[in-house]
Amino acid sequence: MSIDIQKVRSDFPILNQRVYQKPLVYLDNGATTQKPKVVIDEVAKIYSQENANIHRGVHYLSEQLTQKYEDARKVVQEFIHAAHGHEVVFTSGTTESINTIAYSFGEKYIHEGDEIIISTLEHHANIVPWQMLCERKNASLKVIPVNDKGELLLDEYEKLIASKTKIVAVNHVSNALGTINDVKKIIDIAHQKDIPVLIDGAQSIQHGKVDVQELDCDFYAFSGHKIYGPNGIGVLYGKEKWLNELPPFMTGGEMIKNVTFEKTTFNELPFKFEAGTPNYVGAIGLAKAIEYIQGIGLENIESYEKELLEYATQKLSAVDGLKIIGTSAKKISVISFILKNIHHYDAGMVIDKMGVAVRTGHHCAEPVMHRFNIEGTIRASFAFYNTKEEVDRLCEALMTVKQMFG
Amino acid sequence: MTLQERQDEIIEEFSIFDDWMDKYNYLIELSKDLSEIDPKYKTNEYLIEGCQSKVWLYAEMDGDKLKFTADSDAIITKGIAALLVRVLSGLTPKEIMNADLYFIDKIGLQQNLSPTRSNGLLAMVKQMKLYAMAYNAKMNQ
Repeated sequence: MSIDIQKVRSDFPILNQRVYQKPLVYLDNGATTQKPKVVIDEVAKIYSQENANIHRGVHYLSEQLTQKYEDARKVVQEFIHAAHGHEVVFTSGTTESINTIAYSFGEKYIHEGDEIIISTLEHHANIVPWQMLCERKNASLKVIPVNDKGELLLDEYEKLIASKTKIVAVNHVSNALGTINDVKKIIDIAHQKDIPVLIDGAQSIQHGKVDVQELDCDFYAFSGHKIYGPNGIGVLYGKEKWLNELPPFMTGGEMIKNVTFEKTTFNELPFKFEAGTPNYVGAIGLAKAIEYIQGIGLENIESYEKELLEYATQKLSAVDGLKIIGTSAKKISVISFILKNIHHYDAGMVIDKMGVAVRTGHHCAEPVMHRFNIEGTIRASFAFYNTKEEVDRLCEALMTVKQMFG
Repeated sequence: MTLQERQDEIIEEFSIFDDWMDKYNYLIELSKDLSEIDPKYKTNEYLIEGCQSKVWLYAEMDGDKLKFTADSDAIITKGIAALLVRVLSGLTPKEIMNADLYFIDKIGLQQNLSPTRSNGLLAMVKQMKLYAMAYNAKMNQ
């Protein structure tokens, strides 16, 4: 089976519109993905028919929606193949998931002189929380370097591992370049020294199968809005033993067992990490999005996006003066590039007016830009609802850019 | 020309364009007319950081008028800087401080005015007014 592109596109209402009198070409899926109608309808249905606060009401609506929320957790559990439902914590997104671990793990296990390993390819969300932790604890950050293709140098990584290394946090896929990192190997190397690993999955979860047990990662973080789900929902997967050991990050309602003014005891997993009223609408919407892409088929998505990437790489490479940044053999459908003697911002302004949505700038990954000695790139990130014709539209827009600024 | 005449002239120039591409092409043309900053001032001290493009802005008094020079690494931003310099440069600090820059809205650049937009238009206007305030305070000492 392959992808029925017309059918798929009709599932996403937003795609069928014109901007600046031209059909919209949406190539900013790395920033956020569009939502299929089933997700939009589900969210609307909850608010129009089912809404009630979950987990605490004794009434009908509350019980029904609590069940749906816990069913959503189960959908996520099966999707990432976690061993237990309570290893899936709903958060507001990848950023909160990473901050939770940087705080909870950091408070308990990081001491003066300890080391934390991240990589050059990280998004700021997987740099700054660790940097702040290092400042609080007088610990230090070690950074895995990359080669000119944008691939992590794992030999160098092995050399960084030391007795003081307490945790490794790397992304599965680079948001700025699209490189798919060999996280399995990174995890195995760390585990030989009993060092836990957090994987930032914000850019990988929507592009292919993720099996947290097979990877054996200790923590895995991703956002709902990048996998065709609602905004403001995310997931923190953590191995049961870790989540039990770690202190909670945020405190408040829902996450407690008993509170007196002398002492509070915490609720069991996963509720210990879900303080306050959870985003149940987001969680249920996320489950719908996961079911939707499962219906399309992850393998179909993977092979279709690979075809798009190959086509786009070939077409863009043929543009005179265009240089692709990030040329790893293993990439998801993201192409970051620069145009000779043309500022990415100028290019972006014109591409936009041609009806094509791309992202320009440093993509919240400034260290990557520094590594390649550039200020920023133009990034086209493709989803399975994009077409080769849309790649052509991008190329046409680039021709206009070159005419105007060349 | 007065501040109003300068703005009205720009509004008239832009009135013939109904397409964004034409507006951008005109901004590219205008970027060539910008009174460029002396390279010795193209330092971090004179840098206004927008999110995506860099703008350097310098101001000095010429008699009782304030003169601006600027540059940017992005051409459209440079064109916008050229417009602002054309409108404000050569006015007194007091006139600049009180300037109501209605031409921005009239030529359709207001979408670039929100604080999160990346071309630094708002930051440029702010910096120019700050210079004017500083020189105005100095003159009244």
